[in-house]
Amino acid sequence: MTGTTAERRGPEEITGENFVFLQRWVHQETGIVLDDGKRYLVDARLTPLVRDEGLQSLNELCNLLRATRAPHLNRKVLEAMTTNETLFFRDLAPFDALRETIIPELVERNRAIRALRFWSAAASSGQEAYSLAMMLVEMGLGDWNIRIHGTDLSEQMLERARAGQYLQIEVNRGLPARYLVKYFEREGLEWRVQERLRRMVRFERRDLREPMASLGTFDVVLCRNVLIYFDVETKKRILGQIRSRMEPRGYLLLGAAETTFGLDNRFERKPVGGAVFYQIREQCE
Amino acid sequence: MRAMVVDDSRAMRLILRKTLDELGYEVSQAANGREALELLERDPEPVGLVLVDWNMPEMNGIELVRRMRAHPRFTSVRLVMVTTETQTEQMVEALEAGADEYIMKPFTSEVIVEKLRMLGLAA
Ligand SMILES: C[S@@+](CC[C@H](N)C(=O)[O-])C[C@H]1O[C@@H](n2cnc3c(N)ncnc32)[C@H](O)[C@@H]1O
Repeated sequence: MTGTTAERRGPEEITGENFVFLQRWVHQETGIVLDDGKRYLVDARLTPLVRDEGLQSLNELCNLLRATRAPHLNRKVLEAMTTNETLFFRDLAPFDALRETIIPELVERNRAIRALRFWSAAASSGQEAYSLAMMLVEMGLGDWNIRIHGTDLSEQMLERARAGQYLQIEVNRGLPARYLVKYFEREGLEWRVQERLRRMVRFERRDLREPMASLGTFDVVLCRNVLIYFDVETKKRILGQIRSRMEPRGYLLLGAAETTFGLDNRFERKPVGGAVFYQIREQCE
Repeated sequence: MRAMVVDDSRAMRLILRKTLDELGYEVSQAANGREALELLERDPEPVGLVLVDWNMPEMNGIELVRRMRAHPRFTSVRLVMVTTETQTEQMVEALEAGADEYIMKPFTSEVIVEKLRMLGLAA
């Protein structure tokens, strides 16, 4: 019988040609680089989708993506290929540095206008933005004019960020229990960030590779754990964009495995406590 | 550093113990609050960290936390509740009783590590 050999071989592997197609397409749509070693990732992330969509194989999925413009399927594939992992107060040290050094300095600098502006670039489901909001309220800056702007490519993540609603497994991660009881409300099985924090935060869809001029400028930009997915040219372009959105003595924070070194020499490295920030170098005459 | 795991479920004690082992803790165990208190009082030097379940026979976790906090010997011991109780009121009760942190079951070992890091108890 003809069908049995294929069944015995188990799920059909993605062809070289289709893998190259996915690499190019994901790169074009998101900037994310899937190098040849990432075949396992394609398998692990797209196989559940193949099943959900009632398809036979990854190859059939690729054929569909090539042949049709099905926005809903496109979006699902891109969402599946993107790493959205995040948690409250991720890495701790940058938040300690903000609390103890950077924000007190900015408060001094902006005392007259009583305003502070933060950009959580690649905000994912919003934990970083809300961590900042909680920290600022704890610092007694709740009555300042605070704007925390969160941007991300993924509409699905932004929806969750705007709702400010988190699962138990998410509030278990990185969030001090006393903040959970102070700043969240229980809604069924989930926890929702209180309105006073949601009011400090705004989320908007932005592709980091596109011009950002309409965003205005920021005292602190957090762009963490996203540059690692891009190629060198894309990293350079994004760092240039970010630089143009920073106040002259503003601060940039990158992820623990990221740097401006070798990408943008207009940035100067500023270690603060256990974290590393970047500032724009002062221009010489 | 030394730590104690207090839970009436043997399986849960094993899971918690394994995570703490991997962080380099020397771990002792107790199956309820009374047993924990006895062991802790007998101990020549107090442990640095106790992970405490809430619902246990003989003496529950919240009572253990209260008694430890009332005891001058244990004031600097870090106490972390690890429990299936997930109501805000219960969390507030535990924090007011003197717990330093609160972890809701089910959890992953990652969650334990992250919480201990927040308390400066893990690298
Ligand atoms: C790993 S998460 C990082 C979240 C958070 N910054 C943190 O460090 O915890 C990466 C995020 O980058 C977003 N992303 C990927 N490519 C992007 C692009 N070209 N423009 C904007 N956001 C992008 C993804 O949607 C995802 O939410």
